[in-house]
Amino acid sequence: MVDYKDPKSTIAAVQVPSEGEAGKTGSWRSFKPVFNPEKCILIKSEKARCHICWMFCPEVAITKSRPPTINLDYCKGCGICSTECPHGAITMKKE
Amino acid sequence: MMDMIETKRLRPDDLPEQEFLLPGNRSCAGCSMSLYYRMALKALGKKTIITVPASCLTVLHGLYHKTSVKMNVVHTTFETTAASASGIVAALEAKGLGDEITVCGFAGDGGTSDIGIQGLSGAAERNTNFIYACYDNEMYSNTGTQRSGQTPYMAYTTTTPHGKLEHKKNMPMIMHAHGIPYIATSCSSYPQDVYAKFKKAKLFTGTRYIHTLIPCPPGWGFPTDQSIEMGRLAVKSGIFPLFEIIDGKMFLSPESERCLDPSKRLKVEEYLKLQGRFKHIQPEHIEYYQEYVDNHWNFINQFL
Repeated sequence: MVDYKDPKSTIAAVQVPSEGEAGKTGSWRSFKPVFNPEKCILIKSEKARCHICWMFCPEVAITKSRPPTINLDYCKGCGICSTECPHGAITMKKE
Repeated sequence: MMDMIETKRLRPDDLPEQEFLLPGNRSCAGCSMSLYYRMALKALGKKTIITVPASCLTVLHGLYHKTSVKMNVVHTTFETTAASASGIVAALEAKGLGDEITVCGFAGDGGTSDIGIQGLSGAAERNTNFIYACYDNEMYSNTGTQRSGQTPYMAYTTTTPHGKLEHKKNMPMIMHAHGIPYIATSCSSYPQDVYAKFKKAKLFTGTRYIHTLIPCPPGWGFPTDQSIEMGRLAVKSGIFPLFEIIDGKMFLSPESERCLDPSKRLKVEEYLKLQGRFKHIQPEHIEYYQEYVDNHWNFINQFL
């Protein structure tokens, strides 16, 4: 029986899913997102439905939680979350 | 078929939380392709086999022995997306798993409209049971922005330094001519729409084709945070119409419905002036481009 999770024991070249395949974002990131909880609608109101930042993040670095958290290890600093947030709860700050 | 399909508008938090794309991958900052791929995988679900040719998506999948995608993926050569998908479908049908597992080929615009079109056309003619998803960043972005069949008029690429002289190839209509059951166009700036269209495509049997516009910040020359806005402008100006063709009948998506009225369409200039690849464009080119878009809408009107 071939264990497909162990790349050494397989016959074919099988890749294993892993977070941070390309490593953490290096020092090339020039802007980082800063979350302002007092402006986020998810904190202001219990019933509010939003999660626009989570939906638009191409890097899967924002969690679908209340409040959303940003994983700065993998965030590439594109600024989409800051542009798309309708309440201005995320601002971009120079590193 | 139509009554089986839910047409409710989704909200961002209606989308499932489960992620198949992992953070820390090799895509560029602000890449719409990874946003689109993430939404497509959410809709396709776990029981899917994906086949990917050489493209930006191969880069996103990473180097051996790690990958950033929690999905069964076959890496294949440039022209064989549809051929390898046909092979996978044949193997699944021989094992009796044809209805259970979805097969989906993801290819770039070059891999679809230039290099892979013979394989795709052959598979569509046989009506092989798989989804073909083309993500269209309008150039060969992975190898450093060369001209492709999908590059629009007057766009700068490294092989068209003074702007391309031809118009974009109309790939969805080429597929429509094959008489396949489901064709859709979508844009990564409307992730709920991408999700809904992949969900809908899963309901059909036979070859299904989804063409998605993917704004590419380094290739098109705009700031990374404008990725979403650029796709919206392409749709609002009518340059990229969003529609579905179900069993030969065309339905415009709500985002594109307003474009039917020429006065409600944004001027193409609004879209062109924000991009570095159209920096050299002259007023007469813009006029010609506008005329082309208006004619294209007259063409679409014939199918409605």
